[in-house]
Amino acid sequence: MTINELDSMVYTRPDSLTDVSTHYCPGCTHGTAHRLIAEVIDEMGLKDRTIGVASVGCSVFAYNYFDTDFVQAPHGRAPAMATGVKRVYPDRMVFTYQGDGDLASIGMAEIVHAAARGENITVFFLNNTNYGMTGGQMAPTTLPGQVTTSSPNGRDVETQGYPIRTAEMLAKLDGASYVVRRSLHDPKNIRLAKKAIRTAIEVQMRGLGFSLVELLSICPTNWGKTPAEALQWLEEKMVAYYPIGDYKVHPAVAEIK
Amino acid sequence: MARELMKGNEAVAEAAVRAGLAAYFGYPITPQTESLEYLSRRMPELGRAFVQAESEVAAINMVYGAACTGQRVMTSSSGPGISLMQEGLSFIAGTELPMVLIDVQRGGPGLGNIAPSQADYNQIVKGGGHGDYHPIVLAPASVQESVDLTVLAFDLAEKYRSIVAVLSDGSIGQMMEPCELPPMQPLKTSFPDWAVSGAKGRERRFLTSINLNPAMQEEMNLRLMYRWQEVEANEVRYKEYYMDDAKFAVVGFGSTGRVALSAVRAARAEGIPVGLIRPITVSPFPSKVLEELSKQVEGMLVLEMNAGQMLEDVLIATHGQVPVEFYGRMGGVCVLPEEALREIKRLVKGPLTTTGHPRDRWLNRIAKKN
Ligand SMILES: Cc1ncc(C[n+]2csc(CCOP(=O)(O)OP(=O)(O)O)c2C)c(N)n1
Ligand code: SF4
Repeated sequence: MTINELDSMVYTRPDSLTDVSTHYCPGCTHGTAHRLIAEVIDEMGLKDRTIGVASVGCSVFAYNYFDTDFVQAPHGRAPAMATGVKRVYPDRMVFTYQGDGDLASIGMAEIVHAAARGENITVFFLNNTNYGMTGGQMAPTTLPGQVTTSSPNGRDVETQGYPIRTAEMLAKLDGASYVVRRSLHDPKNIRLAKKAIRTAIEVQMRGLGFSLVELLSICPTNWGKTPAEALQWLEEKMVAYYPIGDYKVHPAVAEIK
Repeated sequence: MARELMKGNEAVAEAAVRAGLAAYFGYPITPQTESLEYLSRRMPELGRAFVQAESEVAAINMVYGAACTGQRVMTSSSGPGISLMQEGLSFIAGTELPMVLIDVQRGGPGLGNIAPSQADYNQIVKGGGHGDYHPIVLAPASVQESVDLTVLAFDLAEKYRSIVAVLSDGSIGQMMEPCELPPMQPLKTSFPDWAVSGAKGRERRFLTSINLNPAMQEEMNLRLMYRWQEVEANEVRYKEYYMDDAKFAVVGFGSTGRVALSAVRAARAEGIPVGLIRPITVSPFPSKVLEELSKQVEGMLVLEMNAGQMLEDVLIATHGQVPVEFYGRMGGVCVLPEEALREIKRLVKGPLTTTGHPRDRWLNRIAKKN
C-alpha cells in the first residue's frame, strides 16, 4: 500500500459533498464548516433526507457543494424559508447556513422569530466579523476598533454601535433548545465544533426544537491577512469578545450529549 | 351543492383549503385579516401547515420555502404588506415557483386607510419586484368569483410555474354574499421533477434564483417571456355585458366593474346603447378584445378606484383608434353607481377626442369643480 492510498483511506471526501473545488478563498473557514456539516450528515445517514437552505453571502453557492437537496434564500430570510420547507416536510433535516451580515443584520427578525417559535430547524451561523461577499464592510459582529471598508478608521462604537453577541441573545429565548458557540481556528476546536454540529442536528431529528451553532470564522481576504495570521487573530481577538461556550442547552438536549 | 352566506375573506380561505392548500403563511393586516384568522383554525384542524409570520417579509419567504416542495401554498395581505413582499415575490418568480397571493387592496399610498381601493394594480400587474417577470392576476367582483378564481389560481400557478395573484379589494373581502364552495380536493401527493424533498433514490436538486452568468440569466429571462406569451395566448379571461349592439363601452375590473354594471343597466333602461367589458385577468390583459372593440364602439369609459392605472393598458390596447374617457376615485373612496351613470352620460354626450390624455381631462374637470 502506498502512502497515497493510505491517505485516501483515512481522509476521503464526505459523500454529502460534491466532487468539485469550491469558490472560497484559500484558507477560508467556509470550507471547513461545509466539511464538518457534510461529515455529520454522512455519519447520521441523513443525506437523502436533508434539505439545506443557502443564504446570501460568500456561501450563496453552498448548494453547489453539498450533495443534498438545497434551496437558496433572499438575504437574511433563510430561517423563514427553512420554516416553509420544514412545515411541509417535518421529518426531513432542514438546515440553514448563514453569515453574520445575513443572520445578525438584515435577517435578525427572521432568526429571532424562528428561535422563538422553537422552529425545528438547525442553523449554522458563520461569524467572520464582516461582510465577506461584498468586499469586507462592517457587520453587526465587527469588533470595536476593527477596520473594515466601511469603518476605515476602526469601528467607532459611539457612532457605529456595539457588536451583537448573537448566540447569547438567542439563548434568552424560551423557544431555543440548543444554542452554542464554537470556533474553527485549530484542530481541537474544529473537533469540538463538529461535536456541536452533530448535537444540533440530533436535536432537530429528535424533534426537540431550534438549534444553532455559531462558528467563529476567518475571512483572510478581506481582513488583509494570511490564513495563519487570520486564525491567530481569531483566537486572540474574536474569542475574547465572543467566548466559546454553550449558551442554551435544554434539559431534554442535555440527555443526548 | 348548497350556497352559504360567507364573508369574502373567509370564503377565499375556505376555497383555498378545498383547492388543496397545504401551507399558509401570513401576517395580520386589515382588510384581509379574516383569511388569516380563518386559516389559523382551519389548517391545524386538517393537519396542514399554518404559521402567523413575524412580518410579511418572513411570510413571503416561508411561502418561498414551502413552494420549493411543489405543494400548494398561499399568503394573503394588503397595501403595506404587499409592498414588503416584493423582494420575495421577485425571488419566487426568478425560481419559477407556483404560489397564490391574495391581495385585498386598501387605500394608499403610505399607511393610507382600510377602505377599498384598486391603486395596487400597477404594483401587482406590472410585477412590483425587481426584474422582468409577469404574475398572472385575477380580479374578482363578488364573493363567488373570489372563490372560483382562488381555485383557478392554484391550477394556473402550477400549470405555468407562476405567481398567481387574486387582486381583490376591501369591499369584496369584507362583504357577505351567498356563494357555492368547490368540492374538497385532497392534498397533492405527487410532485413535479423540480421540487425538493430530500434526494431519496434520485439525484439531488437545488432551487435558486442566482445565476452569475449573464448569458444564462438571459436564457432564464427568455424562458419566462416565452412562457408568458403562452399565458397571453391561452389564459385571457373577461366578461362582457350588453356589448352586442353597444355604441359605447365601459371598462372596469373587480368591484368597480360590478358598480359599472349597475350603471350600465340603468343607462340601458334609459335607452343608452352602452355595454361593459370587465377583465377577469388583468394580467394577461384582454388587449386584443379591447383592440377589436375599439373598431366597434364610438367611445370608451374606463372606471377605476385609482388614478387610471388600468387606463394605461386600455390606451395601449386601443392605441388612439377610439376616444377614451376616464373617471376614478382614490384613497379608499368607491365609485358609486350614480357617478358611473353620470360619466356614461357625459361620454355619450361628448365631445369625444383621441387627443390629449383622459387622466388630464378627468383631473381638469375635478379642478374646475373645486
Ligand atoms: C437585500 C439585499 N441587500 C444587500 C445585498 C448584498 N449582499 C450580498 S452578500 C452581503 C453580505 C454577506 O455577508 P455575510 O452574511 O457576513 O456573509 P459572508 O459573505 O461574510 O460569508 C450583502 C450585503 C443583497 N444580496 N440583498
Ligand atoms: S471573502 Fe472572506 S468569507 Fe468570502 S470566501 Fe473569501 S475569505 Fe471566505
